[in-house]
Amino acid sequence: MQVWLILGVILLLASYGYQRGRGGALASVSGDASKLHSLPSYHGAYLALWAAIPALIACVIWLSAEHQIIKMLVISGLSADSQALEPQRLALLMSDIRNLASGDIVRADPSPEVQAAAVRYAELAQVSLYAKLAAIAALSALCLFFAKKRIAEQFRARNRVERIVRYIMIAASVIAILTTIGLVLSLLFEAWRFFLRVPLHDFLFGTHWSPQTAIRADQVGASGSFGAIPIFAGTLLITLIAMVIAVPLGLFSAIYMSEYASPRARGAIKPLLEVLAGVPTVVYGLFAALTVGPYIRGFGESFGIDASSESALAAGLVMGVMIIPFVSSLSDDVINAVPQALRDGSYALGATQSETIRRVVLPAALPGIVGAVLLAVSRAIGETMIVVMAAGLAANLTANPFEAVTTVTVQIVTLLVGDQEFDSSKTLAAFALGLVLFFVTLALNIIALKVVRKYREKYD
Amino acid sequence: MLDSETNSATIADPKVVCRDVSVSYSGKQALFDIDLDIGIHQVTSLIGPSGCGKSTFLRCMNRMNDVIDGCVVTGSISVDGVEILDDEIDAVQLRRRVGMVFQKPNPFPKSIYDNIAYGPRIHGLVRGKDELDEVVQTSLERAGLWEEVKDRLLQPGTGLSGGQQQRLCIARAIAVRPDVILMDEPCSALDPIATARVEELIDELKRSYSIVIVTHSMQQAARVSQRTAFFHLGIVVEVGETEQIFTNPRDERTQGYITGRYG
Ligand SMILES: Nc1ncnc2c1ncn2[C@@H]1O[C@H](COP(=O)(O)OP(=O)(O)O)[C@@H](O)[C@H]1O
Ligand SMILES: [Mg+2]
Repeated sequence: MQVWLILGVILLLASYGYQRGRGGALASVSGDASKLHSLPSYHGAYLALWAAIPALIACVIWLSAEHQIIKMLVISGLSADSQALEPQRLALLMSDIRNLASGDIVRADPSPEVQAAAVRYAELAQVSLYAKLAAIAALSALCLFFAKKRIAEQFRARNRVERIVRYIMIAASVIAILTTIGLVLSLLFEAWRFFLRVPLHDFLFGTHWSPQTAIRADQVGASGSFGAIPIFAGTLLITLIAMVIAVPLGLFSAIYMSEYASPRARGAIKPLLEVLAGVPTVVYGLFAALTVGPYIRGFGESFGIDASSESALAAGLVMGVMIIPFVSSLSDDVINAVPQALRDGSYALGATQSETIRRVVLPAALPGIVGAVLLAVSRAIGETMIVVMAAGLAANLTANPFEAVTTVTVQIVTLLVGDQEFDSSKTLAAFALGLVLFFVTLALNIIALKVVRKYREKYD
Repeated sequence: MLDSETNSATIADPKVVCRDVSVSYSGKQALFDIDLDIGIHQVTSLIGPSGCGKSTFLRCMNRMNDVIDGCVVTGSISVDGVEILDDEIDAVQLRRRVGMVFQKPNPFPKSIYDNIAYGPRIHGLVRGKDELDEVVQTSLERAGLWEEVKDRLLQPGTGLSGGQQQRLCIARAIAVRPDVILMDEPCSALDPIATARVEELIDELKRSYSIVIVTHSMQQAARVSQRTAFFHLGIVVEVGETEQIFTNPRDERTQGYITGRYG
């Protein structure tokens, strides 16, 4: 509500600025636009940007600080008893006050003190809103005033606007990068807290994973053990199975599409594969858990193999199918990037089509295909839904695809689902696993992109 | 059709005989009833403005047009008296005997050695490594590249200079011991010095091969070829001894082209 109001005001100011800029520019040359260095609309845009951007920035800063300041003011108005409450209770009290102030449902009959504080909260919020609007309007007006002075026949509004647009783009990418850095830092920080409790080598090289820790001191049998090897092994096993499915099938369909298929067949198959890539993974998960899993179990039994219905095989197979379009569309791109001239060269020497593909096209495309496979591996490692639904939770250290195994992503999910204190070892272990996942996929992606890029450069 | 009074499309000792060759791409005709003979152990050059069908004609002779969707070739082409447009004829076998060098050098992204060895390997022309080494060396020698690359045979062919790459492609083509070599503007991507070397090479190669070269350079056609055919809008306007074409063209379109009035 408030935000819309503020945005509306800023928009109004900006459009006013635009009109003034345009008008001012035209007036400065008494209506003959051809004398201007920049078109009148650039003068308008220049003023509009100046009216809007500083105001927007100020508004964001204000909004982010507002809450804290009002809270401090309200608390300072509370009785000494309330002020002395421990932080968590105080936070509860504050949320009561805020809810009451905004007219939401609160706990039954708030005390007079809370009611008074709520009134005060509402007043402060009101004041803040007016102050904010005033400040924004003032800032806009000030900027407009100074920017307006520049409008003149030879003012290079066009170049200025260009520059401002560039800064906006830079700001957008800086925000994206900063968010990523923040994410990594928080991962690092939480993982570090975990490693204060569980030594790094126990985590990386321990072979026993049982993250249940005692919640009450009198509990037994749940000491918590965080050896992640079984999890890494399970992830690897499932990824391997997925790749055994996805790489040949994906690669062959890519070769078919780019080398053999008629344009019509290609036009039909490519979108189909892309549809396959767009199926939500939870649907694949259903398929894995309810169809493939039991089938494999039955299949195993008929051969006298003791198969669990949540097997690495079921998850791996379905994940492989999920990744086929990924591999095939990336490989198709790299195979298509092999210049026709190379194929012609081979045909002209009397090679057949399959000889040409085997001896010229594929070797030339190999680095790109390797890159595609690496990207697919990193997809497989990070894939969550299918394995959560089909791979099971048991951290078995096994290479038998008919047994249930668990993966890094599954463990992260299970560690965080359910009631846990935020700083228990169990929760923090999720961050450690997340960190490992992050670095492994990051490394894979970097290598893959490097390989692909290097290959691209060769032909363009 | 050609009037044999003003054109010497037929010659006494032809390697390749083309009669009534027409080509269309997806219904759009690009060549009209071409009659042309390619002489044995000599260089025939094809000249003419861009888009007149020189490359199309060249590709008929090793059936590279088969690779292009929608391309239909009719008429008759025989190499050493054997009809090659026949469906019975294996285009793959034909291309071993009629090699081709392209406008832009296109070495495979393999080592220099493997580039040359490619053809002999797929056709099983050699027995054993020693024989293959020998074929690679003689091919490179004939292409005048051996001295420059003999110490770096295992380095990628794509690392050579443009002129060297084109000679590598020529060496690659002669490694399968073809009878005819088709060259589509082989020097258009090369600098003058590299061009001169390739021209020398062509002159050298004509002793063993019958060569057809498409070129946009009148001087080049005059320097390297014995016979010249002038193509225009999908027909052969005039064909004859190179010297006659350049000094005494019978058709005014030929005259116009070689004197640079259009093209
Ligand atoms: N692959 C193709 N598909 C369709 N039309 C083509 C193709 N190659 C050539 N053509 C057409 O055939 C005509 C002759 O082309 P081309 O043989 O390349 O001429 P040149 O080599 O003499 O410049 C042109 O009109 C061209 O547009
Ligand atoms: Mg051409």
